[in-house]
Amino acid sequence: MTDVTHDHASSTGISNVKLGMWAFLGSECLLFGGLISTYMLYRGRVTGGPRPSQIFDIPFTSVSSFILLMSSLTMVLAVSAAHKEDDRKINLWLTVTALLGATFVGGQVYEFTAFYKEGLGFSTSLFGSSFYTLTGFHGVHVTVGIIMLMSLVGILKRSKVPGKKAEVVEMIGLYWHFVDIVWIVIFTLVYLIPV
Amino acid sequence: MSDAGYIRIALILAAITALEVSTYYVDFGVLFLPALLIMMVVKFVMVVSYFMHKFDNKVFSYLFYAGLALAVGVYIVFLSTFKFFLQ
Repeated sequence: MTDVTHDHASSTGISNVKLGMWAFLGSECLLFGGLISTYMLYRGRVTGGPRPSQIFDIPFTSVSSFILLMSSLTMVLAVSAAHKEDDRKINLWLTVTALLGATFVGGQVYEFTAFYKEGLGFSTSLFGSSFYTLTGFHGVHVTVGIIMLMSLVGILKRSKVPGKKAEVVEMIGLYWHFVDIVWIVIFTLVYLIPV
Repeated sequence: MSDAGYIRIALILAAITALEVSTYYVDFGVLFLPALLIMMVVKFVMVVSYFMHKFDNKVFSYLFYAGLALAVGVYIVFLSTFKFFLQ
């Protein structure tokens, strides 16, 4: 049977996988740029339901932000362990990163539920629609990241990593850090700057 | 960079986050908005520069920053057409 896990030579001399990931992240800037801009435009448009200042729980969101920020640290420690070929630490840090991510998503679900109970539905106001769309899209990205992390842990345990192990961990790390930098922007523009 | 170096960067990021949150409780006056935006940019750049392993090839940085610059440019124009900055 043909071995499909070998590295492919590229005409550019650089890794096609990395090139693809950076191009993807560049395009994601445009996606989130659109969502953030739309939110900024509509955040003051509240014809019914609560206003942002009435429902945002800054201490709670600050803790969530801190958790996501620290997950970037554990992710980079996983990448570092991958370069040192320390499988035990790779698994440990990837699992911790996934758990921190899951805690963040859990916090977001709690936040959405609390906002809904306080009268902010998806179609209550332009603020509600743009807020749920922006933070919901981000939450989905984090969830996809968690799935990738846990899948990688499973694949690593079965030693069936396609290509270079360190590069695979690094690619998922790039995605995870991107999700973190998007939240850095959302946390400031959406939560900390008052309408 | 060593693991200890990554932990130091994370501690700096955590300290900046604490400072950001403090702007919600303490009145920074006219410095409020510029300070928040500067801290946001500093955190963004630190994560990209240190955690995303810098860029092992310039092509990667061109791809990412091209997307970022395009997004910032397009959406500044987009918001300007709605007179967002005049509000």
